[in-house]
Amino acid sequence: MFDYAPAPEARSIVDIKPSYGLFINGEFVDPAEGGTFKTISPATEEVLAEVAEAGPSDVDAAVRAARAAFRTVWGPMPGAARAKYLYRIARLIQERARELAVLESLDNGKPIRESRDVDIPLAAAHFFYYAGWADKLEHAGFGPAPRPLGVAAQVIPWNFPLLMLAWKIAPALACGNTVVLKPAETTPLSALVFAEICQQADLPPGVVNIVTGAGATGAALVAHPDVDKVAFTGSTAVGREIARAVAGTRKRLTLELGGKAANIVFDDAPIDQAVEGIVNGIFFNQGHVCCAGSRLLVQESIYEPLLDSLKRRMARLRVGDPLDKNTDIGAINSAAQLERIRALAEVGSAEGAVPWSPPCELPDRGFWFAPTIFTGVSQAHRIAREEIFGPVLSVLTFRTPAEAVEKANNTPYGLSAGIWTEKGSRILEIADRLRAGVVWANTFNRFDPSSPFGGYKESGYGREGGRHGLEAYLAH
Amino acid sequence: MPTDAVAPIGGRLSVRKTYKLFIGGAFPRSESGRSYEVRSADGQFLANAALASRKDVRDAVVAARAAFARWSGATAYNRGQILYRIAEMMEGRRAQFVDEVAAFGEDAATVDAAIDRWVWYAGWADKFAQVHGGANPVAGPYFNLSTPEPTGVVGIVAPAEPALLGLVSVVAPAIVTGNTTVVLASETRPLPAVTLAEVLATSDLPGGVVNVLTGRVAEIAPWLASHMDVNAIDLTGVEDTALARTLEEEAAENLKRVVRPPAAPVDWTADPGVERMAAFVEIKTVWHPKGL
Amino acid sequence: MRRLGDVTAVLDVARSEGTLRTFLHGLPGVDQVGVEQRAAMLATRSIKTTAKAWAIDLAIRMVDLTTLEGADTPGKVRALCAKAQRPDPADRSCPAVAAVCVYPAMVPVAAAALAGSGIRVASVATAFPSGQAPLEVKVAETSAAVAAGADEIDMVLNRGAFLSGRYRQAYEEIVAVKAAAGSAHLKVILETGELATYDNVRRASWLAMLAGADFIKTSTGKVTPAATLPVTLVMLEAVRDFAAATGRRVGVKPAGGIRTTKDAIRYLVLVNETLDDEWLDPSLFRLGASTLLNDLLMQRTRLRTGRYSGPDYFTLD
Repeated sequence: MFDYAPAPEARSIVDIKPSYGLFINGEFVDPAEGGTFKTISPATEEVLAEVAEAGPSDVDAAVRAARAAFRTVWGPMPGAARAKYLYRIARLIQERARELAVLESLDNGKPIRESRDVDIPLAAAHFFYYAGWADKLEHAGFGPAPRPLGVAAQVIPWNFPLLMLAWKIAPALACGNTVVLKPAETTPLSALVFAEICQQADLPPGVVNIVTGAGATGAALVAHPDVDKVAFTGSTAVGREIARAVAGTRKRLTLELGGKAANIVFDDAPIDQAVEGIVNGIFFNQGHVCCAGSRLLVQESIYEPLLDSLKRRMARLRVGDPLDKNTDIGAINSAAQLERIRALAEVGSAEGAVPWSPPCELPDRGFWFAPTIFTGVSQAHRIAREEIFGPVLSVLTFRTPAEAVEKANNTPYGLSAGIWTEKGSRILEIADRLRAGVVWANTFNRFDPSSPFGGYKESGYGREGGRHGLEAYLAH
Repeated sequence: MPTDAVAPIGGRLSVRKTYKLFIGGAFPRSESGRSYEVRSADGQFLANAALASRKDVRDAVVAARAAFARWSGATAYNRGQILYRIAEMMEGRRAQFVDEVAAFGEDAATVDAAIDRWVWYAGWADKFAQVHGGANPVAGPYFNLSTPEPTGVVGIVAPAEPALLGLVSVVAPAIVTGNTTVVLASETRPLPAVTLAEVLATSDLPGGVVNVLTGRVAEIAPWLASHMDVNAIDLTGVEDTALARTLEEEAAENLKRVVRPPAAPVDWTADPGVERMAAFVEIKTVWHPKGL
Repeated sequence: MRRLGDVTAVLDVARSEGTLRTFLHGLPGVDQVGVEQRAAMLATRSIKTTAKAWAIDLAIRMVDLTTLEGADTPGKVRALCAKAQRPDPADRSCPAVAAVCVYPAMVPVAAAALAGSGIRVASVATAFPSGQAPLEVKVAETSAAVAAGADEIDMVLNRGAFLSGRYRQAYEEIVAVKAAAGSAHLKVILETGELATYDNVRRASWLAMLAGADFIKTSTGKVTPAATLPVTLVMLEAVRDFAAATGRRVGVKPAGGIRTTKDAIRYLVLVNETLDDEWLDPSLFRLGASTLLNDLLMQRTRLRTGRYSGPDYFTLD
């Protein structure tokens, strides 16, 4: 037996303060209304730090700081100078990469291998990419002299905290906007360390403001009358509320919401890589991914061998301590999320689908859910329609390519999809027909700052990444 | 570059730099063993620069060709990172560059502009394809995509002046898309080019991506223009119209892509636009049917 | 993808050129980017402390200590055999290697030097490394090596036949050499660097296993690239699928270019996460190497003593 001994990443590399204030106008300040809340490690339930809760007057102060910075400093600043600030931030993220990765795994629960190899490098890359646009906006295809919108209110989720922050802040700043960003209440820490990075970069005060808090803080931010732009990533339910809230105002809105992506495997797929793609599609980041391949659509003619291979592969998944370098699957981000996953899994069984998980030793403390597949699922099952946002895969079958496309599109969502086949023309034809903003062929969950990301239908509107990602932050 | 013509009594004597060629990431002297005097704007002796020969041109082209596969095969992100690193290294040497160009009567603003130009081009590496390529909506069930690819080895005659800014303005757009280059520095103001080569050597730029030769343009440019393993030639720095015409005729032998000298004086501080990047790429268009 | 439930049907695919070609060309393809990413992810596994010590000792026991040079002499081979038996002169607890691998001319020397040690004598054969010789010569060489005392034969796949689509010829050669090898176990070297694509590696693996190979081996070590993690992963997957289809376990040997302990442990991780525990044993997994052994010994010593070691403390055979 080749047992891997524990290989823990050193926690000591990150220095977490006992408490953090709000980051407004370049400084950390106490909240005016005095509330605080705790953020915990979902793997052990220990308290990591105490974080300020921004009330309405704190949100107002942040927006005013952003407005002043926009009018007097950032708005008039030439793009080449904005670029240099963004390059500095990118470099600082690279320099502090290891510290940020450990922090992210502690606060979010995701394996250190993922925060180290995916989250943090991509966050730095996003700042590098958009730094390069700041002084070339006239070449971006939005007219000869594109202008920023002003102050952007940005609310981000807990699944990729620093990366989602980068997706929001980098393009906004590159285009000349200033921002007030609210990180998720269960994962505020990397945003607060990012604020320190802004200080190290000598970013002018007020250009970036971080207001921590929960739903009420987010709502106050979105509703603030002096905000020109709202950008939200999160659930479709909240996205709908925000869309209603900005109706009739001047506020521009982009939304990146939920998904129920179909991962379609044809009988001529490169099987071993397809199995990796299925596993990566739903178990990467514990399935806490809006674009997760949460519906496996497998061609009926290869159903049994594919399922055998999939189960064999799942049995190798290592669930455990997020800070262990050999962990594949970490903790569920919160008790609330764990409850939601369990509830939907129970619904799945109740509706007649058959669950299977490999044997897993789950720790006693913390929030854990074993990677699970449900077979015998049909489109009518709730677990085929509702986003679970956890390591749970619903397996359906299809007979013909047209049927696969029909089933894949038969959802109010439209964020992403996967296609596995060796036949090039089939990839391109199916990609044409899929109503999804991101199509992965013979791969899955690949992200790049130059590649636009966003959904069709109820998965939201607007794109992040690439040249198209500038559009949300420019006036027209 | 001697700023102390006479050593002060009891003071420190400087260690003067030797100016050599930059080929394949190394600093060899000319294989011909020759050098020539470089003088300041007011006629003072500054240094002996290497006087490159046709064999140096030959060696430089070999180095550039050898470096092409790796440089063009690097990710655009990686190339952008390296160009940004060049700017970082140049920033650290700003004072030296300012002294060097001042000897030729050029001011510090050109040095700052040169550093900022690297930053500007660094940001293009992973964007040029998005602006210059794209999907084509052909009338049929075909996926059709055009993408720009680097043309290969580009020979460049750098502007006679400004010494540093002119050089950066012609080299950066060629290499950001993945080309490798053989550059003939300004004949009368070659020293900043050599110092730039030292910056390039410490910036993680693979050897052979930029090769810098100093010498007589009229003597060595024809060898570059006629070389059958050079894919494109930039004649920006050729001031003699008769020479420019001869070089273009030589270049026609293997149908090099040619950038002619500018018709009017160039404002090197203005926004360069995308033309210099576009000049050295090939557009590849791929078709694939769409069907089940 | 085919259903591989019927053992006889599988082994029967080689009965004609046509059926063999159809079978090999019908195997699922390998996506290059996907397999390289999977191998790269597995290379990030962090093997420390007790796991590392266990892995180092296992790796030593899996080494086929190799010398395949025109300049090999009895003296050189005897020195190698001595090292094979006692890799670490300062530590008797260090395990011995699995085998010594030499040219047929050196087999008698190796056999005499290793007699009674339990270390196997492996001989290359079949006009190693190119394989470009008449079949009779290749078969004769095999018989001679076995008669001289070889326990194992490392033959080369006929790449010329394979790459020109003459699969049945390549297959029959392996069958003939296996017969000549008698009770000696047979490794078939695919020379993956010349096969060039992962699809070809998968097909060649199956061809060799169908023909009766006991082991499939990546490389002769005379061509670059030799062993790589993704190529070995493809071969391990083929071995896994073959075992599922036929019940027969075939071994895997990456060879060439494995220089450090870190490399060796990465190969063991690949085996661990692709196949069952049976393959974590010299009877089903070997490492073809020469300089690797000293690095394994240095790492072993460092774990034991806490100090980084140096080449002066280990023999250069």
